[in-house]
Amino acid sequence: MNNILTIIASPLAAIIFSPLFVGIIVKIKALLSGRKGPPLIQQYSNIFKLLKKEIVYSKTTSSIFKIAPVVILSTTILATCFIPLVPEKTTFQFQGDIILMLYLLGLSRFFLILSALDTGSSFEGMGASREAFYSALIEPIIFICLVTLMCLTKNPTISSIFDSQINSGAGMIILTIIPLFVVLLAENTRIPFDDPTTHLELTMIHEVMILDNSGPSLAFMEYASYIKLWLFSLIFALTILPSFDNNILFSLILAVTMSLIAVFIGFIEFIMARVHLLKIPQLLFSAAVIALLGFFINITKFLTW
Amino acid sequence: MATMFVPFIIYILIVFSAGIISLFINNKNSIQKSIAPLTICGSSIVILAYLLSIFKNIIATDVTVFNWQMPYATMKMGIDPLTAFMLIPLFILISVTSLYGWKYLDGHKLDRTHWLFYSLLAIGMVLVLLSRDAILFIFSWEIMSVSSFFLVISDKTNSETLRGGLIYFVTAHIGAALMFAAFFILASASGSFEFSSWSNLHLPVMKANLIFVLALLGFGTKAGFIPLHVWLPLAHPAAPSHVSALMSGIMIKMGIYAILRILTFITPYQTWWGITIIIIGVISGVWGVLFAIGQHDIKKLLAYHSVENIGIIMLGMGIGIIGVSHGNSIIAFFGFAGALLHILNHAMFKGLLFMGAGAIIRQTGTGEIDKLGGLIRKMPLTAILFIIGSIAISGLPFFNGFISELMIYLSSIFGVIELTSTVGVFMALLVGMSLAIIGGLAIACFTKVIGTVFLGEPRTKFINDVKEVPLPMIIGMAILALICIFIGLGSYFILPSLIITPIAVLTNGADIDTSIVLMKTITKNITYILLLGTIVFAAIFIIYAFLSKRSRKNVKTWGCGYSLPNNNMQYTSSSFAEPIITYFSFSLNSKKKLQNDHEIFPQNKWYFKSFVNDWILTKIYEPLIKTIEKFLKLFRWFQNGKSGNYVLYIAITLILIIIWKFL
Repeated sequence: MNNILTIIASPLAAIIFSPLFVGIIVKIKALLSGRKGPPLIQQYSNIFKLLKKEIVYSKTTSSIFKIAPVVILSTTILATCFIPLVPEKTTFQFQGDIILMLYLLGLSRFFLILSALDTGSSFEGMGASREAFYSALIEPIIFICLVTLMCLTKNPTISSIFDSQINSGAGMIILTIIPLFVVLLAENTRIPFDDPTTHLELTMIHEVMILDNSGPSLAFMEYASYIKLWLFSLIFALTILPSFDNNILFSLILAVTMSLIAVFIGFIEFIMARVHLLKIPQLLFSAAVIALLGFFINITKFLTW
Repeated sequence: MATMFVPFIIYILIVFSAGIISLFINNKNSIQKSIAPLTICGSSIVILAYLLSIFKNIIATDVTVFNWQMPYATMKMGIDPLTAFMLIPLFILISVTSLYGWKYLDGHKLDRTHWLFYSLLAIGMVLVLLSRDAILFIFSWEIMSVSSFFLVISDKTNSETLRGGLIYFVTAHIGAALMFAAFFILASASGSFEFSSWSNLHLPVMKANLIFVLALLGFGTKAGFIPLHVWLPLAHPAAPSHVSALMSGIMIKMGIYAILRILTFITPYQTWWGITIIIIGVISGVWGVLFAIGQHDIKKLLAYHSVENIGIIMLGMGIGIIGVSHGNSIIAFFGFAGALLHILNHAMFKGLLFMGAGAIIRQTGTGEIDKLGGLIRKMPLTAILFIIGSIAISGLPFFNGFISELMIYLSSIFGVIELTSTVGVFMALLVGMSLAIIGGLAIACFTKVIGTVFLGEPRTKFINDVKEVPLPMIIGMAILALICIFIGLGSYFILPSLIITPIAVLTNGADIDTSIVLMKTITKNITYILLLGTIVFAAIFIIYAFLSKRSRKNVKTWGCGYSLPNNNMQYTSSSFAEPIITYFSFSLNSKKKLQNDHEIFPQNKWYFKSFVNDWILTKIYEPLIKTIEKFLKLFRWFQNGKSGNYVLYIAITLILIIIWKFL
């Protein structure tokens, strides 16, 4: 019973709080730039408004375009089940669980790209092409970071993110946390990789791929992107938090940490501009180098020459 | 136990006679034309059922042997778990490709020898797997190589086909020469050509190293890893699609099988073998998929994906060898499990994809991706099956490719966690990292193919009259698609009985019981989670269907205000791949062609094209061959074709021999 509760809690939290998470980012960004900004619950209203509208399909689209929002939302929700909110063992934790989680997100990306190409629009093709390229560069960074955490805890499951920092010598875990944060921004196409509020189709990545979605279809796509942002932030939060036994206290601290991460993302969006599209691979490459460095520094003590 | 082989012998005879009969049929009579393919298909299904029924009785230690008496020689046949495991994808592919080929060849002008060479290729591969002595092995290896060469050059009018065939023929025989050398060293060390006398030889390390290098290069030309891959992208597009499916699906795996078989003779494994195989695997995997992304011909693209997948198999093999040489049975188990399972999985989805590509080429007359578009409306079944194959080959969950890649990932993760030697940890990390890159790029490559070929609007007019392929072709593809889903979802029920005994052949007597328990827990969890995933999917689908009742379908795609969009404005495969190709251009020798005129009001059409040429062929092999040719030219005066001179050579030789005898 406890098992089921722990599993259910994570997707529920993601479904309930992820629009709020985005709301905090938007609000912080607005406040910092001297605007009042939309209310924190704006994203909920957006979703509800879209769900009530009718869908407009382009004549070009096929069944792939219709099925894609369902695949994307369901795989993203399934992926959240892998990250428990409290350090407890569930069915979703087994050796290699992280690979299944990442590849479920890969499946959702596969359908996101296909649905963009299904419209036959060259703008959406551009977004799809960029998404395919950048995500191929992101995947190895995630792998290196998570393998470093697994190596530090000698635990080949996702729960290694709960107490990894305890075992790292001299706080060198920071070399794993920095690339993890870059991945969080890049995977969810936030600034400096892409501006989710931009209005120029030529330079967008994620937003341009859903140009032709409307009504519930768009709502599903947006919701999936909120949940994905929540998911990566949750992984980041659990990595930097030390674990302890009191579940209620842990959840509270986690909630505070998540809000702080949202504030921090909003702050970054305020102080930074988007980088040149062609520079993104270099940014990701530097993150990969830092991650590799972190891997070797952190695991040196386990090695013999 | 020799009676176990009777069905295999009967199978070989039936398939061979089907091939012979096809020489004498009337090519206009549709019933006579279907004799050969349907016989091969039916007998393969029967023998597959028989194989599965005896699969449990074949255990590692008890290699069943059958002596085949021939004049002057005894040919030994045997079956062990590794052979039995390889026979499964082989028989599945033979049956579905012959069913598919039956209809695929309608309207093709092929000579009568097609089904004869096809049956010889099938027989050759079965015999390669069953042979237990070097003579029979070499004999059947040659049958396989030569018959596949004749199948590749089926279309003799096309010069590109002949070039591909010739390059294939030459590389196959260079490989065979190295294979002979490896066999002769083994035979001279043991004094026999029988495989049974080669195990437990305890060869000196230098000799084992030499055999390893020779086998890797010799069989590597068949397996087609970089840099020995040059024949693949030329031969696969040239062959008829069901032959490409068979060749790419299973024939190149014969090279992998042979390397694995040789490895069992030269134990104990050295760490540097694993390192070498991993490095080759990384290069083949990453560059295979990069070359693939740059291709605009669908079969050429798939051929480069075979290079990539051979790379993935070699990553598994390499980390498995490192596990064995470091005495860590878990790493070894999951490495070899991933490699073996990927052999089976790749046979399934690559067969499916080549057959899908064949269906596209048969119906539209072109394999050029940028000329197609919107085919999902004209060929919906082919489209769905092709998409299933694409998801599977990208290693995404719910399909089989994920399971085998997960096994290799696990091996890599355990390697990083449990190994203490720096080189071992580094190699393990390298395996996981390159799998992650390959996975991401494979998604890019297959979304490009599906997006350009099946989705969007047609880019040329002739697509409007395209129809779906005949039912037998669909059935052939659907069987493979179902197997992909079956292995992907039901790994818990299939894997334990399928791959444990073959792995035990390779792990060199290590204790694998804990790994078996671990694999069972992991696959159990995955199966449960994926089944839960289908429920989640169904629930969300119902919600979506309920919400999307109000919809309109009569609008154009949003063109950002432009009111006269046309089909050529869509993103093409060139444009989709452009960022990746540009970023990796330092290693791809890619070329771009932009035709434009710099007027304010351009009069001519602009076009952009990008090409990725295989610089390994054009920059390394071609100059090398030219140099060798220049050297050999020095001797050309000797072979001048005048019979008088040859008589003179004979006379001189005779005189020299007589003088030598008298001295």
